[in-house]
Amino acid sequence: MTGIDYSQKIPNNVDLASDKRLQRALERWQPDYINWWRDMGPSDFNENDVYLRTAVSVERDGWAHFDYVKMPDYRWGIFLTPHEGERQIGFGDHFGETAWQQVPGEYRNWLRRLIVTQADTEPASVEQQRLLGLTAPSLYDLRNLFQVNVEEGRHLWAMVYLLHSYFGKDGREEADELLQRRSGNADQPRILTTFNEPCEDWLSFFCFTMFTDRDGKYQLLSLAESGFDPLARSCRFMLTEEAHHMFVGQTGIARVVRRTCEVMNEHPDACPSEHGAIPLEMIQRYINFWAASSLDLFGAEVSSNSANFFAAGLKGRAYEDKYEDHLVKDDCYELERWDGERITREQVPLRNAMNEVLRDGYVDENLKGVEYWNRECEKAGIPFRFAYPHRRFNRTIGEFAGARFDPQGNAVSEADWQAGQRVWLPTPEDKAYVKSLMRPVTEPGKFAGWIAPPLRGINSQAADFEYVKL
Amino acid sequence: MSPAALASERLSFQTHPDQYRHWRLSIAGDIATLAMAVDPDGGLRSGYELKLNSYDLGVDVELADAIQRLRFEHPEVRAVVLTGALDRVFCAGANIVMLRTSAHSFKVNFCKYTNETRLGIEDASSSDRLRFLAALNGTASGGGYELALAADRILLVDDRNSAVSFPEVPLLGVLPGTGGLTRITDKRKLRRDRCDVFSTVAEGIKGKRAVEWNLVDDLAPLSKWDEAVARHASELAAEIVERPGPGVPLPAVTWEETSDDAGRTTLSYGFVTLTLDEASRTAELTLEAPETCPTTEDEAVAAAAGWWVLEAYRQLDQAILELRMNFRDIALVLLRAKGSAETVRATDALLVGAKHWFVQETAGLVRRVLKRLDLSSKSFYAVADEGTTFVGTSLELLLAADRSFVLNDPDIEVHLGVTEANRGGFPMSNGLTRLETRFLGTPEAVDAVLAHAGQESFDAETADELGLATVAPDDIDWEDELRLAIEERASFSPDALTGMESNLRFPGPETMETKIFGRLSAWQNWIFQRPNAVGERGALVCYGTPNRPEFAIERT
Repeated sequence: MTGIDYSQKIPNNVDLASDKRLQRALERWQPDYINWWRDMGPSDFNENDVYLRTAVSVERDGWAHFDYVKMPDYRWGIFLTPHEGERQIGFGDHFGETAWQQVPGEYRNWLRRLIVTQADTEPASVEQQRLLGLTAPSLYDLRNLFQVNVEEGRHLWAMVYLLHSYFGKDGREEADELLQRRSGNADQPRILTTFNEPCEDWLSFFCFTMFTDRDGKYQLLSLAESGFDPLARSCRFMLTEEAHHMFVGQTGIARVVRRTCEVMNEHPDACPSEHGAIPLEMIQRYINFWAASSLDLFGAEVSSNSANFFAAGLKGRAYEDKYEDHLVKDDCYELERWDGERITREQVPLRNAMNEVLRDGYVDENLKGVEYWNRECEKAGIPFRFAYPHRRFNRTIGEFAGARFDPQGNAVSEADWQAGQRVWLPTPEDKAYVKSLMRPVTEPGKFAGWIAPPLRGINSQAADFEYVKL
Repeated sequence: MSPAALASERLSFQTHPDQYRHWRLSIAGDIATLAMAVDPDGGLRSGYELKLNSYDLGVDVELADAIQRLRFEHPEVRAVVLTGALDRVFCAGANIVMLRTSAHSFKVNFCKYTNETRLGIEDASSSDRLRFLAALNGTASGGGYELALAADRILLVDDRNSAVSFPEVPLLGVLPGTGGLTRITDKRKLRRDRCDVFSTVAEGIKGKRAVEWNLVDDLAPLSKWDEAVARHASELAAEIVERPGPGVPLPAVTWEETSDDAGRTTLSYGFVTLTLDEASRTAELTLEAPETCPTTEDEAVAAAAGWWVLEAYRQLDQAILELRMNFRDIALVLLRAKGSAETVRATDALLVGAKHWFVQETAGLVRRVLKRLDLSSKSFYAVADEGTTFVGTSLELLLAADRSFVLNDPDIEVHLGVTEANRGGFPMSNGLTRLETRFLGTPEAVDAVLAHAGQESFDAETADELGLATVAPDDIDWEDELRLAIEERASFSPDALTGMESNLRFPGPETMETKIFGRLSAWQNWIFQRPNAVGERGALVCYGTPNRPEFAIERT
């Protein structure tokens, strides 16, 4: 690879053109990335023009530049939210000290681990979603999928930039490995379990963007507080893009619900599935599965890592500003414990409960999302109401892992659990049915029969706008 | 604390596969698999959870038991696979909360025991009895990787994530003290600068670099994992000769406990008796050989676990562990060997020329128990008074002691004697026999003692001339000499004694074993006492809490 015009090829605000070391690193990494994208990115659509939002600068309108672009030519830029003067570390034992522009040696490994774990989720989700383009319910949804995909790709770039810039040889090796692990691959799985779950249908995709990407948002919020300034500024910029992903999930499920309600009102005596819609109970089961799986991503309730990261000023709480005490040296958090028979309550040092604090904010936000879906039911006059499963339900990490709880959080016997699974989690029949609905709709302005059109188009485009030129 | 009160809190060192809570032992053909699946709620004490296959003493007692039983009960087994039964976790090492909340003396003895277990793994391999494969199905950190290092071969899963690591220095402010620092340099022979790097990267090293640095021997992806484990295990098994069955089941070692009016407690094991006198902080440990015994290998094999020497040394092993862990206030142990000298001679003849695997295994067990004695933090005086028979294997007890008191009185029978077993049957950690160690500067003195091999017992006078007696008082002086020596010993600083004895007991060459106990453990035990580890803001204390460690910066 010769003579890259960096400002064009890799839009950035990190003065890439004058950083020879970083150029050399990224030059080596970039071809591998493009190869990875062609192998593991969205199948079949690399030659199509897609109406995408590209971040071209950090100026007010620069982060949302809409135009047709072929995905491999997407300009995966490197942007950090600009300096706000001299930032100070906002929490932990280094509270009030000047934020670090370089990695402190003592925290090098922790930081690298945090960045690699975050980075690994970005290509993982692209891999999980790579076949969805073949069954998109509309060009609008197809475009949204690709928008999510390229932005996950850009987020990977953002993290790789940090690895290359601040972590030397180890960082470069970690960057290479980000392209070598594969979602769901038995030999080189992605680091976190949820990112190895297949995402094979659009209902799962909407759940993923609603619940799993929202975990991503909360992780980014906590890293956006980091005392390591380049990480904080990278994450802040990523958050502006992440909002769209949750919009896709939130409104995606809402549109499925709206369509089902329409069908139910049209055919009050039939099961919605007889008319090609997805029964509300089935949607609830998908919600249950993805909500629980995403809750695991926050890690164990009591965690020495979380205490270390907070104390060191590496990973804070979401919206740290809104708290009064940023040291929380002596505070406690009351946590539910499961002793195998019953729930007890225990005070643990707040710093060790930071995962749970983050999870609390996340759960609150999800509850609002569920209410939004219930309003669709209300508007349609359908009495069904969705519920967000209890955080004890179907967990594989933390205090409640391995124990059996129903979606309301009640402990159940193994026998009740086995029987309840058919009511609480997607059944093989559910999956087969949802899969049977997955037929591509490629005519502009048309939508599959199981999903309602959106209320408005992307970037205020008309309903029949050709979002993807096939 | 009265012995009765202690009894309820006393730790047990015996278990059985039926009672394992933390390991799953399975055997298929000539391969045994020991899969670690630590029960988080199965700790010896409350107050800590054994998460992520972290271990405490109870977990290690099971491991030691499994290895001992494989050696005796399963002659068909030639290779052992050590692996983890948790998803993507091999073993996270010793439990930190357990360490933090343990008394220093317990911590030190816990580390010693776990070190002995790992050396037991290497002993099984170096005596060509069992080969070990550490099949690291996930991350092996700290003591987890140290356990793997004891194996002959290490296979690491290549999932781009699982690593081997020593997080002790960067995270805990202590050392990988269960042989870790010694084995990466002296066994795996990593370059020392790479050892330095490895020992400070908390998250460890994975994949190809782990192989390139010789931290592990091979990698295998998950899809080929079982196949790779099976291949490596059968390659290792092929290095070991087949042994005829059947195995010899090891019954539990039992004892009776009695107290006398003087407040002394006696643990009677059968061939071994341990009497504890808390007032004088002195114990008497006596091993008595029976009048009759098997005189051929066939008879020994037929006697199986009831062969007196196997029973006696299993009892001695338990008694030593009791002394170390459950009677930590005892300062001094008076060692006596009694019983039939002929029995010891006949038994030694079998042990030295062992052809049958069971007899070899029994000799191996005696060797390990004697080493355990060498490594115990108690003062040992061998007491050769009336009715004692320090002959052959039993003479090793005298040679293991810090001092020997031999009663030199023509009217009182004291038997000392030498057999071929003293020539090389039971080397110490330093690779030398106890005789060679004793007479490091005068090898001719070794020859002079060994010249008595196969001959009649000799008396105190001769023993003194041969250099086997520290002092050999006559009947008139005897009681005072001994009493003064005992009282004086009990008055010294226990710490100074432990340090002095462990320096003086292992002169001569260094081996990996002596380095582990004499260098690595010593530094570790020093660090365990320092504020930077265990002070209010020490790293070990702060780990897992909201507090960050604060170090006193002065280098010592």
